[in-house]
Amino acid sequence: MLLNQFLLLSAVLFCLGVYGVLARKNGMLVLMSVELILNAVNINLVAFGAFRTDVGGSVFALFTIAVAAAEVGIGLAIVLLMYRNRRSIDLTQADLLKG
Amino acid sequence: MMQLLAQVSSETDLYVAQNIFFAVIAVTMIYAAFRVVTTANVVHAALWLVVVLAGVAVQFLFLGAEFVAVTQVLVYIGAVIVLFLFGVMLTRASMGDDETVAGEKRAMAAIVGVLLFAVMAMALVDSFEDTRVDIDQPQGVTEVSDAIFSQFIVPFEAVSVLLLAALIGAIVVARKD
Repeated sequence: MLLNQFLLLSAVLFCLGVYGVLARKNGMLVLMSVELILNAVNINLVAFGAFRTDVGGSVFALFTIAVAAAEVGIGLAIVLLMYRNRRSIDLTQADLLKG
Repeated sequence: MMQLLAQVSSETDLYVAQNIFFAVIAVTMIYAAFRVVTTANVVHAALWLVVVLAGVAVQFLFLGAEFVAVTQVLVYIGAVIVLFLFGVMLTRASMGDDETVAGEKRAMAAIVGVLLFAVMAMALVDSFEDTRVDIDQPQGVTEVSDAIFSQFIVPFEAVSVLLLAALIGAIVVARKD
């Protein structure tokens, strides 16, 4: 199989994730878009690992999965804290530091 | 017909069946990812995300990374999605539909996404025109574990410390005082 078909699929997923991060204002949906981006990166890592017949790609994909799990835990804790303090998880309203 | 296909695929290294299956999975994933970033219902977005994550696991299997595929199912579909659904449940305000952002901001986001994809696609097609990836050499659990516990032992320990820090941090941030 071509290497490019995996890389292009991951590019599509990455760009959809970027669109989601920019266009959403619900904190939960932004976190889901970040997950899309991280998964696109994982496809890239594993594809290059298979291309070079190097096990490092798989290992780094595993590390990315672990870091993504930590990121979701912290992100959801922050979103919950925001909901508790403001009764809303609308990110456009979180402008306390705006000049 | 099937014999002919088998002959063609064995002679030219075409992988007909794999490519058809890849196309089906890829189209499903792209549609599901599109629904994740466009649907107005937060719960539906989480469920569409399950489809994308399962598709990613299938892509890992295509590439012969079986351990990563299993981990993907366990960690993402098993844990992260449940975490998301708990988050949706605990922030009841967003249970229903999410009022989306203003139109011009969405248009700008779409332009950014399309331009980013154009740049990446051009770079990829330019660099790896028809480079083939050998999918007949699976990287099994043995190779991955050997690599993790020899070459990558220091990052592995760092990740375990990171997970502990994230666990404690999440409790500290989210607990009621």
